[in-house]
Amino acid sequence: MADLLAVRALEVEFVTEQGIARVLDRISLRIGPGEVVGLVGESGCGKTTLARAILGVLPAGAARVRGGEILFKGRDLLQEDPRVVNEAVRGRAITVIPQDPFTSFNPLFTVGAQVMDLMKWKSPRRGPAAGGARRRWPALLRPYPRARYREDRAAVLEALRAVHLPEPERALRRLPHEFSGGQRQRLMIAMALLPHPDLVIADEPTTALDVTIQAQILRLLRQLVKERGVSVLFTTHDLGTAYELCDRVVVMYAGQEMEAAPTAEFFERPAHPYTRRLLDSLPSPGAEIRDIPGEVPSLIAPPSGCRFHPRCDYATAECRADRPAERSLDSGHRVHCFHPLEPAGGP
Amino acid sequence: MSGAWFVLARLCRDRSALIGLVLILGLVASAVLAPVLATHPEDVYELHPAERLQPPSPAHLLGTDRMGSDVYSRLLFGARITILIGIIAVGASLLIGVPIGLVAGYYHSWVSDLLMRVSDIFLAVPQVVLAIAIAQTLGPSLPNVILALSVTYWPWFARLVYAEMRSLQNEVFVESTAALGASPFRLVVLHVLPSIASPIIVRASIGMGFTILTAAALGFLGLGPPPPTPEWGRTIAESREFLPDAWWYALAPGLAIFLTVMGFNLLGDGLRDVLDPRIRRARANRG
Amino acid sequence: MRLLALLLRRLAWFVPTLLGLLAITFVISRVIPGDPVALVAGDLATPAQVEALRRQLGLDRPLPVQFVGYVGALLRGDMGTSLYTTRPIAEDLARRLPATIELTLVAMAFSIVVGIPLGVVSALWRNSILDHALRVVTVSGLAIASFWLGIMLQLLFAMRLGWTPLNGRLQGFPPPAVTGLYLVDSVLAWDWPAFGAALTHLALPAATLAFPALATLVRFTRAGVLDDMQSSSVLYEHAMGLPRSVIVWKYILRNALTSTVTQIGLLFGILLAGAVVTETVFDWPGIGTYAVNSIVASDYNGVMGFTVWAGAIFIVVNLLVDIAQGFIDPRERST
Repeated sequence: MADLLAVRALEVEFVTEQGIARVLDRISLRIGPGEVVGLVGESGCGKTTLARAILGVLPAGAARVRGGEILFKGRDLLQEDPRVVNEAVRGRAITVIPQDPFTSFNPLFTVGAQVMDLMKWKSPRRGPAAGGARRRWPALLRPYPRARYREDRAAVLEALRAVHLPEPERALRRLPHEFSGGQRQRLMIAMALLPHPDLVIADEPTTALDVTIQAQILRLLRQLVKERGVSVLFTTHDLGTAYELCDRVVVMYAGQEMEAAPTAEFFERPAHPYTRRLLDSLPSPGAEIRDIPGEVPSLIAPPSGCRFHPRCDYATAECRADRPAERSLDSGHRVHCFHPLEPAGGP
Repeated sequence: MSGAWFVLARLCRDRSALIGLVLILGLVASAVLAPVLATHPEDVYELHPAERLQPPSPAHLLGTDRMGSDVYSRLLFGARITILIGIIAVGASLLIGVPIGLVAGYYHSWVSDLLMRVSDIFLAVPQVVLAIAIAQTLGPSLPNVILALSVTYWPWFARLVYAEMRSLQNEVFVESTAALGASPFRLVVLHVLPSIASPIIVRASIGMGFTILTAAALGFLGLGPPPPTPEWGRTIAESREFLPDAWWYALAPGLAIFLTVMGFNLLGDGLRDVLDPRIRRARANRG
Repeated sequence: MRLLALLLRRLAWFVPTLLGLLAITFVISRVIPGDPVALVAGDLATPAQVEALRRQLGLDRPLPVQFVGYVGALLRGDMGTSLYTTRPIAEDLARRLPATIELTLVAMAFSIVVGIPLGVVSALWRNSILDHALRVVTVSGLAIASFWLGIMLQLLFAMRLGWTPLNGRLQGFPPPAVTGLYLVDSVLAWDWPAFGAALTHLALPAATLAFPALATLVRFTRAGVLDDMQSSSVLYEHAMGLPRSVIVWKYILRNALTSTVTQIGLLFGILLAGAVVTETVFDWPGIGTYAVNSIVASDYNGVMGFTVWAGAIFIVVNLLVDIAQGFIDPRERST
C-alpha cells in the first residue's frame, strides 16, 4: 500500500530568547490509507509541532523547517505553492481536531455561522477553485449560492446527527460557549469529517475533557473514521487511549522517533528501552509506580546521538555518538536503537 | 540596586525607550543648565520692545517674541517650570494615591469601598475638566497649577495600587507572612511595596507626560503661572495673535512640549516592557 | 432581564457619583480666596451694597445649605444664573451643547473608521514600513498638545494654504434647526452648500480632536489583533484552510470591534477633555468655550455648570457603553 502521508527526516527549529531549539530532529512518520496511527510521547516531545508542520501552520517567524520532506499523496507539501496548500490540502484533504475545544471556536459567532463558513470554502461538493476559475471574486466577497447553501446545510445536520449532538437545528443557532466541552469536541469531529478528508490530525483531542467523556468521544471518533476509511494521526501522551484506538503506535522522545509498531505488537513486545520504561510506568494494581529517572532534555542543547541516552540503562558510546538508524524488526515493527530489547528482557 | 542597573541595561536595548531617555535627559539638562545654555538669560525678565517679533537669526536662535525677548532662552527657562510642575504634581499624586490604594486594598471594609468610590468620582470626569475647575477658583499661579494637577491625578495611583494589593492578597507569600504574625505595616512596607514598585514606576513615567500636557493646557487657558514666567503653554497662547507671520513664536514651545511628553511616553513604554513580567513572558512565547 | 438588572445597577451608581462630583466642585468653588461678589458688584460699590448683593445671591448662607440649595435647584433644571452673562446657565449650556456634540461625534467617527482598519493593517504587516510609520504617529498622537496641533493646522491649512476657514462653525445662517447638528440639519433641508460649508468648518477642529483618539485606537487595535493572531481559534481557522482575508476581516476584525466598544468610553473621555481646549482654539461655539469664558470671567457658577454637564455626559456615555457591550458580546447576553 502506498503511504498516504510520509514524513521523511523532518527537521524543525524554533528560535527562542535562550537560543535555537531543535524541536524535531530528522523525524520520520508513515501513515497508510485508512490507518489510525497514534503518536505517543511526553509533553514537549514535539508531537504538536509535528502536527503543525504537516499542515504548514507553524508559528511564522519563530519556527523554521530546516530539512526533510512531507509527502502527501506523493507530493512534497514543503515544496508546494502555499496557496494551493491552503485551498486544496488544509481543511480539505487534511483536517484537524484541535486539542482545546474551548478556545478553538470564535466566541462571537454562532456555531452554525462557523460551520457553514467552513462548508462554503471546503465543501466536498465543490473541489478547490471550482466555480472560482471563471469569476475570481476576492475571498471576502465571494457569494454563497443558495442552492449550495441548502445542500451543505443538510450535510451539516446529517453530520451533527452522526456525532450524536442533540437537536442539530437548534445547535447551529447557538454560540460556542453554550455547549459543554464534550459537545464542542463532537462538533469538532463533525467539522473535521465534513470535507471528506483523507487524513484527520487529532491533536490530543480529549486532553481538555473530563475523564468520564473521554472514552465516549474517542470511541465515536474511531467508529466514524473506520466507517469512512479515513486515516488519522492521533497524538496523545496517554498510552491507554493509544491502545484502544490506534492501528499503529509511534513513540516520540525529545523530537526523535523511537519506535513504531502495530498496536498489539507494540504493547506486547516493546523493543525500545524508552518504550519499555513508558509501559512500565503505567500504574497497574499491585505493582509499584516506576518513574523514569532523569528529566526531559532541553531542546536547545539536546543530547547528542540518541536523545534518550542519558536516561537509558543500556546506553553505550555508540548511542552518544550517532542517531541510530531505523532497524526493522518483523511485521512492520521499526525501532531506532542500537540495542533494541529482546522480548524476554535485555538487549 | 543591582536591580536598577539590570533594568537600565535592558532598557538600553530597546531603541525607542533609549530615545525617550535621551529626550528626558535633554530636558533635564536644558533646565539645569539654562543659565549657561541660554544666549539671553536676562530675557526672562527684561523686555526689548524694539526687537519684537524677529525671525530666527544667529543672534536669536529661535527668534524673538512680542516683548522682544529671545524665544530660545525663555524656552530653556520654561523647561524648569515644566520639570518642576511634572515632578511635584506626579510626586504628590503618588504620595496621596499610593497610601490610599494600600489602605483600600488591604482592608475589606466600608473604608476601602468609600475610598475607591471617591477615587472613581475623580476618575468620572476627564482630568482637564476638573483641573480647570480647581485652578480657576484658586487663581492662576504655579502652586495652584501643581495643586490642581495633584488633586486630579492621584486616583490613577490609588486604583493601580488597590488592584495590585488585592491580587497580591491571594498570593501565598502574603498569606504566610501574615500567618507568621507580621504587622500590617511591616507586611506592606517590606513585602508588598517591592512587588508593586514596577507598575507604580511605569505609571509615574507615563503620568509625567499626561501631567505636563495638562499643565500646558492650563497655561494656555491662562490658568498657569502669570507672566513673565516663561511657561510653555502660556507662550503658545501669547503667540496666537501674531500668526501666521511670527510662526517661530508658536512652533518652538509646542515642539518643546511634544519632545518632552514623547520622551516620557517612550520611556514609560520601555519601562513597562522591561518591568512587567507578564509582558516579558508573553513576548518570549511569541518568539 | 439581565440587561435590565445591569441598567438598574449602573443607574444606582450614577446618582451618587454625580452627587459626589457636585460636592467636590461645589466645595472647591466656594472655598476661594478673594471675593467674587465684590468683583461683580464693581469697584464703586459700598460694603453695604456688596453685602446686599451677597444676600441676594444667597452666598451668605452656610456651605452645606448652599449645596443643598444648589442640588435642589439642579433637580428643577436650574443651574443658577451666570454672573457673567446674567442668563440662566442651563439655557446657555443647552444652546451650546449641539455644537460640542457634533464636533465630538465627527471626531469619534473619524477615529474609529480610520483607526481600526489601520490598526488591523498595522498588525498584519508587522514591522513593515507602514507599521513603523503608524507607530510614530501613534506615539506622537499622545504627545502632542492638542491646542498646539490646532494652532499649527490653522497656520498651515487656513492661513497659509487657505483651504479651510480659520475658525467658527459656520459663516452666515445655519440650516433650520432640527437636531442642532449642522451636518444633519443641512442634509434634512437639502441644503448642500450649507453641508459643504459646515464640513469645511468641521475639518480642522475634528482632525485636531481626533488625533489622540486615533492614535489610541490604532495602538489598541494593533495589540488586540496581534494577540488574536496567536489565539487558538485563529490557528484552527488557519489549519482548516480558511482564506486569510476571511480570517482577518471577518473574524479578527469582529473581535477587534468588540473590544473597541469598551474603549469608546475611554475614547470619549479623551475627546471631551480635548474638546475644551480645541473649541477655544477654533472659536467653536460649544460648551468648551463656554467653560473657558467662564474661567476668564471668574464666573464660578458657569464653571460649575460646565463641570456638572461634562461629568454627567461622561457618566452617561459610560453607562451606554456598558449596555452596548452587553449587546455586542453575546456571551454577556445569554449567560
